[in-house]
Amino acid sequence: MSLLEIQNLSVRFGDDGAPPVVDGLDLSVDRGEVLAIVGESGSGKSVTMMALMGLIDAPGKVAANRLRFSDQDLLSLKGRQRRRLIGKDLAMVFQDPMTALNPSYTVGFQIEEVLRQHLGLKGKAARQRALELLERVEIPGAASRLDAYPHQLSGGMSQRVAIAMAIAGEPQLLIADEPTTALDVTIQAQIMELLLSLQRDQDMALILITHDLAVVAETAQRVCVMYAGQAVETGRVPTLFDAPAHPYTEALLASIPEQSDNRRLATLPGIVPGRYDRPAGCLLSPRCPYAQPRCTERPALEPYDRGEVRCFFPRNMTPDEAPEVLPEAQRPSQPPGEHHVQ
Amino acid sequence: MSNEASTGSVLSARELTRHYEISRGLFKPHATVRALNGVSFELAAGETLAVVGESGCGKSTLARALTLIEEPTSGSLQIAGQEVAGVDKAQRKQLRRDVQMVFQNPYASLNPRQKIGDQLAEPLVINTGLSRSERRERVQAMMQQVGLRPEHYQRYPHMFSGGQRQRIALARAMMLNPKVLIADEPTSALDVSIQAQVLNLFMDLQEQFNAGYVFISHDLAVVRHVADKVLVMYFGSPMEMGPAELIYTRPLHPYTQVLLAATPSIRPDPARPKIRASGELPNPLDPPSGCVFHTRCPHATERCSAEVPAFRPLDDRLVACHYAEKVGATNGAPVRYA
Repeated sequence: MSLLEIQNLSVRFGDDGAPPVVDGLDLSVDRGEVLAIVGESGSGKSVTMMALMGLIDAPGKVAANRLRFSDQDLLSLKGRQRRRLIGKDLAMVFQDPMTALNPSYTVGFQIEEVLRQHLGLKGKAARQRALELLERVEIPGAASRLDAYPHQLSGGMSQRVAIAMAIAGEPQLLIADEPTTALDVTIQAQIMELLLSLQRDQDMALILITHDLAVVAETAQRVCVMYAGQAVETGRVPTLFDAPAHPYTEALLASIPEQSDNRRLATLPGIVPGRYDRPAGCLLSPRCPYAQPRCTERPALEPYDRGEVRCFFPRNMTPDEAPEVLPEAQRPSQPPGEHHVQ
Repeated sequence: MSNEASTGSVLSARELTRHYEISRGLFKPHATVRALNGVSFELAAGETLAVVGESGCGKSTLARALTLIEEPTSGSLQIAGQEVAGVDKAQRKQLRRDVQMVFQNPYASLNPRQKIGDQLAEPLVINTGLSRSERRERVQAMMQQVGLRPEHYQRYPHMFSGGQRQRIALARAMMLNPKVLIADEPTSALDVSIQAQVLNLFMDLQEQFNAGYVFISHDLAVVRHVADKVLVMYFGSPMEMGPAELIYTRPLHPYTQVLLAATPSIRPDPARPKIRASGELPNPLDPPSGCVFHTRCPHATERCSAEVPAFRPLDDRLVACHYAEKVGATNGAPVRYA
């Protein structure tokens, strides 16, 4: 059974008529798996993970048919139970390490707080464990850093501390939201290596949210590509990079300078549609070079032998391989009983 | 982006240096941060020099010196053959016309209260005697070139996306037909698909205006795509400079190798050596002795902490490393010293 199962997740801000920011997302993560979620700004990748962690406040609304983590139903969890789970079995590392830490407390105190809350460690035991964690995330002179305040640390060091806090409860799933975007490239390499070694050692699942396809190619086992709030393609690495099925994935890959043989880079005209100006049909259709009359209907995400794709005319596959993609409206209806997370 | 053409250099820096005095308290002597240490290069018309390095390497200080925003502490700078030091105010204004800049964050570099058309016309108001209708004509022509529609003239910056704003910033920089364009991380705030559009526009405009570009970036994949020459900097000092292809295929400086090895790739090569720089950037107030990179260098010896390596010619480029020959031959694998 998958560690995490998401079915038909939508997130809306405002009333029920407001267009969803995340629209019918299905996703599953196995134990010990590294899954990357890629997409441009506004594609809904961060909001998805915030919904999972229960970080969406009113007027935000989260709805899903299924939201299971391990053996727990995240939809029916009460506050106290949720707090026991989040930060322990399900932890998160954020993009900006400078704002993720509390500037008023020492690094040691903040790590010990996690240990106190979730593992019941106190006093010397907590301090000893905090020191071990700092050593595990390869902070030089860890003992002296326990009493340092966040402003005394560099960005890379702060991110290491944030990771130490996240792994303090030995989570089964770690969500890293653009963990290296704010860091320099040599530091990025160090942090990615650290995350992967933690993932291997503790057999922890890792969801990596990023906009950088090269980072995905180097680290992830599976990838989910999001566009304007929907998953448009999922597949394995490196298969998806060799033969992208969705025109958006294909265009994203082609627009990377590294991939380009020509001086001029291949581009996708226009920009990602905003929440209020999404087209009625396929979300990519106004920008898609292969758009056809049928694309005025919105396709459903359909599985095929290499992954899943949301396109009537998928790329890089023979007619035999291609799945029969139905319009979303005709997709077999979801089981009733849609829950709302409070 | 021609090779070193007969046009001569439009921008020439000799041992450009910029130090900042940092106050440490009333009765303590000032500390000196050596933000830029002896950077030299030549840039020809239509050529692109990329400056790469991590934060704190002096890229932005270099940009500020080149655009005459700040005076260098020492060293000389020539724009289109004209020495910058010691010129009077009027000449300085003239020189500033020839060097324009595009900044990293297009959300901060445009005036939110001014219409796009007026912002694009402002360089013309200040620097030319054109009439209102002539200015409008020039602005409209430029807007068309960067892919903006005529009706955008009356709009305000908040009505545009990040990519469009960067187009506007680029249009504004090109209004006076500058000889040199300094671009400080122009695409790092943009999404990949938008980055491709903006990079294409940069290259189109260069072909058209034949301007020399100084392209400052931390993204080595982007740099490889746009640059003719690459200057690798670390901690304010030049590490390696040469033709882009050479730097990428045969890096001789350990820092260049570390940077290339750390850059993730869409097609990861399992045979590629995994060399990592240990640790982080040193404290600018307490710079390392000898070679500035020796504290993180996988090849460092005692000589490196004692002796500053010369920035010397080797194998068609300049490199500042005592062991560049050995380091280059290994292409990344650690060197064993006898």
